[in-house]
Amino acid sequence: MLDMTPPGIAERSALTINPAKTCQPIGALYAALGIHECLPHSHGSQGCCAYHRSHLTRHYKEPVMAATSSFTEGTAVFGGGANLRQAIKNIFQIYKPRVVAVHTTCLSETIGDDLSTLIAKAKDDGLIPEGSFVIHTNTPSYVGSHVTGFSNMTRSMVNYFAEPAKQKKGQINVIPGFVEPSDMRHIKMLLNEMGVKAVVFPDTSDVLDAPQTGSHRFYPKGGVTVEALKSTGSSKKTIAMGSFASEAAAQALMVKADVPYDLIDLPIGIAATDRFMQSLMDITGKEPSERILDDRGRLVDMMTDNQQYFYGKKVAVFGDPDHVISMTEFLVSMDMIPIHILTGTPGKRFEQRIREILKDVAPDARVKAAGDLFELHQWIKAEPVDLLMGNTYGKHIARAEDVPFVRFGFPILDRVGHSYFPVVGYRGAMHLMEKILGVLLDRKDRDAAEENFELIM
Amino acid sequence: MYDETDDKTRASDTKEFIEDISKAYPTKVARKRLQHMIGVNSLEKQKIDANVRTIPGIITQRGCCYAGCKGVVIGPIVDMIHIVHGPIGCSYYAWLTRRNQGRARSDGKNYLQYCFSTDIQEDNIVFGGEKKLKAAIEEAYNIFKPKAISVHATCPVGLIGDDVVKVSKEMSEKLGINIFGFSCEGYKGVSQSAGHHLANNGLFKNVVGMDDTEEEGFTVNILGEYNIGGDAWEIERIFNKAGIKVISKFSGDGSYDEIAKSHTAKLNIIQCHRSINYMAEMMETKFGIPWIKINFIGIKSMSKSLRKIARFFDDPNLSERIEKIITEEEVEAENAIAPYRERLNGRTAAIFVGGSRAHHYQDIFKDLGMKVIAAGYEFAHRDDYEGRDVISDIKVDADSRNIEQLYVEPDPARFRLRISPERYEQLKKEKFLSYYEGMIGEMESGSLVIDDISHHELEKIIEIYKPDIICSGIKDKYLIEKWGIPSKQLHNYDYGGPFAGYRGAVNFAKDIDMRVNSRVWSYITPPWKGTPIINAEFAA
Repeated sequence: MLDMTPPGIAERSALTINPAKTCQPIGALYAALGIHECLPHSHGSQGCCAYHRSHLTRHYKEPVMAATSSFTEGTAVFGGGANLRQAIKNIFQIYKPRVVAVHTTCLSETIGDDLSTLIAKAKDDGLIPEGSFVIHTNTPSYVGSHVTGFSNMTRSMVNYFAEPAKQKKGQINVIPGFVEPSDMRHIKMLLNEMGVKAVVFPDTSDVLDAPQTGSHRFYPKGGVTVEALKSTGSSKKTIAMGSFASEAAAQALMVKADVPYDLIDLPIGIAATDRFMQSLMDITGKEPSERILDDRGRLVDMMTDNQQYFYGKKVAVFGDPDHVISMTEFLVSMDMIPIHILTGTPGKRFEQRIREILKDVAPDARVKAAGDLFELHQWIKAEPVDLLMGNTYGKHIARAEDVPFVRFGFPILDRVGHSYFPVVGYRGAMHLMEKILGVLLDRKDRDAAEENFELIM
Repeated sequence: MYDETDDKTRASDTKEFIEDISKAYPTKVARKRLQHMIGVNSLEKQKIDANVRTIPGIITQRGCCYAGCKGVVIGPIVDMIHIVHGPIGCSYYAWLTRRNQGRARSDGKNYLQYCFSTDIQEDNIVFGGEKKLKAAIEEAYNIFKPKAISVHATCPVGLIGDDVVKVSKEMSEKLGINIFGFSCEGYKGVSQSAGHHLANNGLFKNVVGMDDTEEEGFTVNILGEYNIGGDAWEIERIFNKAGIKVISKFSGDGSYDEIAKSHTAKLNIIQCHRSINYMAEMMETKFGIPWIKINFIGIKSMSKSLRKIARFFDDPNLSERIEKIITEEEVEAENAIAPYRERLNGRTAAIFVGGSRAHHYQDIFKDLGMKVIAAGYEFAHRDDYEGRDVISDIKVDADSRNIEQLYVEPDPARFRLRISPERYEQLKKEKFLSYYEGMIGEMESGSLVIDDISHHELEKIIEIYKPDIICSGIKDKYLIEKWGIPSKQLHNYDYGGPFAGYRGAVNFAKDIDMRVNSRVWSYITPPWKGTPIINAEFAA
C-alpha cells in the first residue's frame, strides 16, 4: 500500500501528490442543493458536472441532479453565452425548477464569461419564468478549494435573495457550513429545542438524505425556500459556523442588510458546542433546555468514564479547515495529542487557530494549510501516531502504516452513517467519541497477547 | 414479469413511447432527441444519431475528453506516473474512482494509488503554467524515478496555450526517460470518446513498438479491457489453461513495458470496440496484426470468443485444448448459475452504460433467461450501434475534426501479416476479422435503443416499462433505486466482480439475483398502507 512513498521528506514546490482538497464547483453544487427546488447548473465542459455529480453521489448515496452547459471546443473559443441561454430555456421547460444555481468552472472563468450580464440578459429576454430565479457564483477551480466554492455559493444566496429590512424580525440566521444533512438537521433540532426561530441556509437535510418511498421526487422536500432566503435580511443576527465556509455569506448579509453576525467554530466537540449555546443565549436571552443539558451531561459522563483510553494518544487529523479546527479542539479536550494537522484548503487562519488550540498541548505539532496527503503520510512515517482521522482518502495511509482510522469529513466514499448521524452538538460529540473509542479498543484487542485479552474494558 | 404475448404490443408501443418522451422537450430539442431513439425492428436496417453534441441544460451521463484519456485509457497503466496539468479537481476526481485494478510487476512499481497534479493557481493562468509543469515533472522524477510519465492537459491550460506535448518532450530529453503529453482538454469532442482516441494515438506514437523482443506461441493483446473487478485476470486464467499468451493489456492492469512490445503479438482481440478500435487499426496497418472483436461477458459469449481465437490460430492442439476448457468450464458455470436462472428467468432489464458494455451484457442476460427491453450507450458512435459497415457513411463534424487523426503506414522493417494474405482476405470477407456487428443487430424487435440517454428519458422508461433491473452508472443508481427498482452499476460493478469469463458469469448471476430478488424492496410500502386504523381508542 502506497509502497512508492519514500520516508525521507522531499521538498516540493510544483507537484501535488494525493491532494487533501478538490475544486470549487463541487462545493458550490452541494450548497445549491440546499435550496428548495433548485437545480444546480455547471457552466463549462460536461466532464466537470459528471465528476461532481459522481463524487457527491458516492458520498451521499443519493441522486444528485445538476445540468451543464456542455461546452465544446467552439464554445471555448467563442464564449459560453449561447450555451447558457439554451440551457436556461431547456431547464425551465423540462425540469421546472424554482431556482437555477449556476456555478462557473475553470474553463468559463478563463474565457471570462460574464455571468451577471448573461443572466440579466436572459431575464430581459423572458427566458426565466416569472417567480423563478437564476443565480450564479464564480468558482474558478484554480483558487481555493471545494470549501471556497461552498462559501461562494452560500454568499451568492445572500447576494441574490436577501432583502434588507429596517424592522428586524425575531428570527436569526444560521449558516451551518459545509456539513452533512444529518448535521444541518441536528442544528435545526437544537434551535427548535431552544425555541429559536431561525433560517438555516443552505440546508441539505431532506434533500440528500431523502427517504425511500418507491417514487422519486425530482426536487425532494428539503432545502431552504426562496422566501426564507429573502427574509434573512430582516433577521436580527447571523451565526456563521466556520470561518472558511460561512463567514463570507454572513459578511455579505451584514453589508447588504445590516445584519450583524457571530462567527463561531463548527459546533463539533464539547467546547465548540458550548460556544454555540452561549451564542444562542446571548442572542435570545434563553437558557438551554433541560434536554440539551442532559445530552451535555451524558457526553461529559462518557468523557470522564473513558478518559484513560484517550489520554496521551497521538493523533493525525486532516480534512476541511473548519472541521479540522473543531476536531483538533475536541481531541485536546479528551486529553489526546494532535501532532500532525493538515488541510488542503489554503488560508492563514487555519494554522493560527490550530496553533492557538495546541499551544499548551503540542506546541511542536506539524500544522499545514494547502498541504497534501503525501506529505501527511511522510510526517506519519517520521513520527507515528495512534490514530488517524480524516476523509476516505486516509485509508491507504492507515493501511500502509497500520494506524487505527476514523472516517471524518468530506468525502466518505466507503462507509455510511455520515449523512444520517450528526457530528455536531453534544450528541454528535458522543457519536464521534464512540467511533474513536471503538477503533482504539479494537486495536487494543487486536494487539493484546492472549493472556492480556480482556473481556471487560 | 415479462410475458411473451406482450412482444407485439411492445413493438408498436415503442414508437408511441418515443414520441411521448419527446413531448416534454422544447421543439428543437425534441427534434434532435428523436434522432437518438429507435424502436428496434429487425426487418429493417436502422439508423441512429450518435456522437453528436449534448444539448446544453439536458441532464446527461456523459463525461469529457480528459476523462476518456486519463481516466479510462492511460490511467490504468500501473507502472507509469500520470501527471495532470491543471487545477486540482480534474486529477482528484480521476483518483482511484475508475475501478481498474492493477498489480505491480517484478520491479515492484505501482503508482495506481497516487494522484499527481500541478494544482495550478490563478497566477499560472495569468502568466502560464509551463514552468510549474516542468518543475512538477522533475519533482516526480526525483522522488519516484519512474520509467515513464504521461502528462494530461485540462480545460484551462489548453486555453491559455500551455503545450503539454512540447513540455513533455523537452523534459524527456532532459531526464532521459519516456515522457509524453496528451492535449486532452475537457472541451474537445462531445464526450469521453474523444479522449479514448487521443489516448490511443499517444500510446501508439510513444510506447507501442519500443521493444522488439518477441515471444513464441499463441500471442495476443487484449484491447479495450479495463480489468474492472479483476475481469482481465479471469480471462487470463482461462488463457493460461489454453496456452494463449497475453503480451499486453490495454489498459486494465496495463504495464508500460508490456505495451512497448505489444506490436509483436500475433493477434489483437478487442473487448471494448469504442474505446480502442483506433489502436487495433493502427497496429494492423503498421505491423500487420489482425484483430477480432470478442465478448468475454456471459458463458456463451466466452465460449464463442475462445472458439474465435482458436479459429484464428488454426492449430489443432490449441483448438482441442480450448474445446476441452469450454466443456469443463461451461458445465461448472451452468450448474452454478442454474439456481439463479430459475429465479431470474423471464425478468426484464435495461442497460444504459458505456460505449460497448451495453451490448456485451445483453448476452449474459440471455444466459440468465432475462430480456433486455432497452439499451443505449453513453458515448458511442454510430458504428457501435449499426456495425462497422456504416463507418464510411459517418459524417465527420467539426467536433470530431478537432481530434487528431494519425495517418499510419506499414513499417517497412516490421510489417508482417500474421497469416497468409489469402486467408487474411478470406477471413475479412467473412467478417471474421476487422468486424463488429454493433448493438442493434442483436436486439429483439420491439426493444428500445436510446443514445446518450437523458434523465427525463430514463425516468420515462422506469415509469412505463418498470424493468426488473436497470444497469447504469453511479449518477443514476440511486435515482433508479428511489423508484423501487434495483440498479446495477456496470462502470464499477458495485464493487463486485469479476464478471468476465465463466466464473465472472456466475458472480454476475448471483449479483443480479441478490438485487432483483432481495427482500429489501418489499419493505418500501409500509404493511399498514391501505388498511384503515380501527383501534382509535387511545387517539382521543
